[in-house]
Amino acid sequence: MASSDPFTQASLLILSGDPGLFGIIVLSLQVSLSAVLIASLIGLPLGAAIVLYRFPGRGLVITLLNALMGLPPVVAGLLVYLSLSRAGPLGDLGLLFTPTAMVIAQTLLVLPIIAALTRQAIEELWEEYREQLQSLGSGRLRAIPTLLWDGRIALSTTVLAGFGRASAEVGAVLMVGGNIDGVTRVMTTAIALETSKGDLALALALGLVLLTLVAAVNATAYLLGQASRKGMQ
Amino acid sequence: MSRMPPVPVQDALLELREVTFVRSGKELLAPTTLCLARGGRTVIIGPNGAGKSLLMRLAHGLLKPSQGAVVAGGHSSGESHGAGRLLAESRQAGARQAMVFQRPVLLRRSALANVVHALALNGVPRRLRRLQAEQALEQFGLAGLAQRPARILSGGEQQRLALARAWALEPGILFLDEPSSALDPAATKAVEDAVNRFHVKGVKIVMTTHDLGQARRLADDVVFMHCGRILEHTVAARFFATPATAAAATFLRGELVLDLPAAAPSPT
Repeated sequence: MASSDPFTQASLLILSGDPGLFGIIVLSLQVSLSAVLIASLIGLPLGAAIVLYRFPGRGLVITLLNALMGLPPVVAGLLVYLSLSRAGPLGDLGLLFTPTAMVIAQTLLVLPIIAALTRQAIEELWEEYREQLQSLGSGRLRAIPTLLWDGRIALSTTVLAGFGRASAEVGAVLMVGGNIDGVTRVMTTAIALETSKGDLALALALGLVLLTLVAAVNATAYLLGQASRKGMQ
Repeated sequence: MSRMPPVPVQDALLELREVTFVRSGKELLAPTTLCLARGGRTVIIGPNGAGKSLLMRLAHGLLKPSQGAVVAGGHSSGESHGAGRLLAESRQAGARQAMVFQRPVLLRRSALANVVHALALNGVPRRLRRLQAEQALEQFGLAGLAQRPARILSGGEQQRLALARAWALEPGILFLDEPSSALDPAATKAVEDAVNRFHVKGVKIVMTTHDLGQARRLADDVVFMHCGRILEHTVAARFFATPATAAAATFLRGELVLDLPAAAPSPT
């Protein structure tokens, strides 16, 4: 195997459309995109609601969200593992070591990022819009969709940041997914495993794909940021 | 002082009854009673920091009075509600209100979508919104800019869009807070023409301005404020000819009004 250099082998693997490789890529995208979708559906309105509503403990919630942005993936993995393991409160669902468990863990990781960044973006917007929206007769609840739509450029970079986080982490999916071949093996866990096994070609091929993906996400975020700076819609 | 005989009141559209506004222990508006009659253009003038914008925000319901009540169309909005609620209630009770701000606040959408959004907030059925919005843009010469992102319009166009948005809401009262202070003379003229168009349509106008010339051009009656209280509320012609207070006379001469009215007893 190690006769030719791993870069060539990796390129060949990608170009040949190796089914094992593509299965892993597809599952990775499924898991991370599902997690980001769920986290966005909750996090975007949640972040906006924290701006719009005053309630006791609001400062605490904001601090907590900001702190959880740096939640270590292994801790998120541990929490989900404890909840889903046979003895845990949700053990009867039998979700441990399934893609669903991985989605739950990544949602837990991404949600604080999306909610906290949304709060920051919407806070500025609300400052600007508050009187006008009140004057137009908008209640706070009704202002949430208005603000989310008008903050769409900043918020799409927020969602991309969440996706970057989800697709790049290894600790949480490894703990609750188990890296089972063909079932719960995703790019990051496969890279870790193949590297330790010495199969550098597959690891490198996946690494290249992951790197490309993350680069594409960041390029998109950058371009969106540029667009918003130019005052485009 | 605030109880001096004002403009004859036949038909009160909006009343402020002993309204005060206190922030961090400071009384920014002394107990104020003001009756705004139906029709007519009321212009609020006074030096910077006199409380003109504050008075207007209280009247419009953007701020909640610390004491007293704002009564729209004979219905008092309670004192214990939040500002948003207050506004909604006064809306239901009296005439619909709209406000145009010094710097127009426009959504990050097309000009047309800005008006459509305002109509949606005011419960206009979806199928009517677009047509009504287009008609409003047409009124203010913005039909050609309907699909343009609102935020890249010029300052004058943005303010006209804000006026068109207010127009679409068919308000009974239109509040304007220094609507042309950031605009060039041509755009200022467009704003003044727009104000008169609302006026002709029977909309009550309440506006603040820094520009005494503008006040003379537009006012039917003048509210003169100084240091958080109304010193005069009279018919415009009388106010400009024979101001009743020394402060107003000083202000009209274009001098700085430094003399504070007798300090109100401190609340503490």
